[in-house]
Amino acid sequence: MSAQAPRREAVVPARRSEARLVQARRRGRWARVEPVVIGAASVVVALAVWQWVALARLVPELFLPGPLDIAQALAAYATSPDFGIDMATSAQELAVGYGLAIFVGLPVGLLMGWYRRLHYVLDPFISFMYSTPRIALLPLLIIWLGIGIWSKVAVVFLGAFFPIAINTLTGVRSLDAALVRAARSFGASDPQIFRTLALPGSVPFILTGLRLGVGHALVGVVVGELVAAQHGVGLVMAEAGATFQTSKVFAALIIVSVSGVILQVTLQRLEARFDAWRPR
Amino acid sequence: MAVKLAAEDVCVHYWRERDPAPFLAVDGVTLDVNDGELLAIVGPSGCGKTTFLNAVDGLLDISGGSLTIDGTPVSGPGRDRAMVFQQPSLLPWRTVLANVAYGLELGGRHGRAERASIARDHIRLVGLAGFEDSYPTELSGGMQQRVNLARALATDPAMLLLDEPFASLDAQTREFMQLELLRIWGKDRKTALFITHDIKEAIYLADRVVVFTARPGRVREVLHIDLPRPRDLRVKRHPRFIEYEDRIWNCIEEEGGSARAGAVQ
Repeated sequence: MSAQAPRREAVVPARRSEARLVQARRRGRWARVEPVVIGAASVVVALAVWQWVALARLVPELFLPGPLDIAQALAAYATSPDFGIDMATSAQELAVGYGLAIFVGLPVGLLMGWYRRLHYVLDPFISFMYSTPRIALLPLLIIWLGIGIWSKVAVVFLGAFFPIAINTLTGVRSLDAALVRAARSFGASDPQIFRTLALPGSVPFILTGLRLGVGHALVGVVVGELVAAQHGVGLVMAEAGATFQTSKVFAALIIVSVSGVILQVTLQRLEARFDAWRPR
Repeated sequence: MAVKLAAEDVCVHYWRERDPAPFLAVDGVTLDVNDGELLAIVGPSGCGKTTFLNAVDGLLDISGGSLTIDGTPVSGPGRDRAMVFQQPSLLPWRTVLANVAYGLELGGRHGRAERASIARDHIRLVGLAGFEDSYPTELSGGMQQRVNLARALATDPAMLLLDEPFASLDAQTREFMQLELLRIWGKDRKTALFITHDIKEAIYLADRVVVFTARPGRVREVLHIDLPRPRDLRVKRHPRFIEYEDRIWNCIEEEGGSARAGAVQ
């Protein structure tokens, strides 16, 4: 890319080399925005094709509304009185369930990673539960906790807890042996090794767990509300689907997807920042 | 001259996975390291020299003989020794400054400000001033080893242990780092035990060179290196230097021959 510019500088007259540098810089700037521009263009084209299919009425609107129909439905829903309470309910379920999963999953993962025997004790349960689709527990959770927010909080918690705990535990266990040897050589005690090596060393793993957990948490909220709820974005999808308001189903779906993308991207960025810490 | 480290008939066994019997890595090593001396141990790879060093550091228990520092038997790692590892073994999430202060932090005898000031002094000593806030991944291999060295020196040990610290560096950097080590070591002439498989490196750095036999490690020969200090890189072309080199090569060659013969049986 721009790396070749300085090398040419030596053989071409100053002004031409300057021009090349400017060119190279321009090329560098384009390289940075290129993915965004092409990505955005591809989305616009896809939406246009979709809208054209919808307008041509190749399939009935009930089956496939166009992007503009969905935008209208989204606007109508967003200004309806239900919108606020639905969003607040879903957000609360997500936040409380996910928060609890972090609050419990982190210490459990750290302890299991550090105390081998505790790992042996808990591993059968963790492995069994992690392999069970936790969504399948919803009927039980509804019997136990009702159709209010708590059955959803529980399913979100169960969804996020396992990836968080398991990744944290992997992080603690993948302690770099060379670092432990160095610490021991300087007379480090076990608590010191935990605090100065195991804990900071597992940060990238914990962040991966948080990112995986948030995906499961979102599935928990939506599916939980689809099954049984009093309020929430998932309930809106279920009701709109049952009454053939296809555009409204899509509108709710977009709300869910956009929230998911925002959460994932945020955590991905965070993860990338700490990636250099991973033991190689 | 006072003896700093006295090793007498030291044996080290260790258990390797799937081995029915303990493996004898070091067999009856007797050697002294005098106060203020830089002693190098050379030997073919896998000859137990690193195992011996780990025993001196207290990371491994000896299974026979005695190992004393200033007359006190070694039992576990201690503040009187500090190791410079073959791999830099730096904490990737810490800056150079925090890495150099790490040994002091574990020692727990210095406050935060004091640790930082000691660390800064040693960063300057190893020639890394200006890199205090860099992270290890931003440094070259040679610079990482400087940090590794500074971390050990910062704890002000009575004895410095170096485990092939330049083995993974490229040839030019290695020679330069040898020169640097002599410059730094020359300031206060701390007792040092240097492990290497590089014969020239051993002769160039050391007051005495101990040649280990291959597997299990035994002392094969001890050479006094009678070359004037301070030494620069030209010493490596000194006739006596080449003479030492030949002698050590002969020892190792004979060893290699017997080791190969042993392998065939």
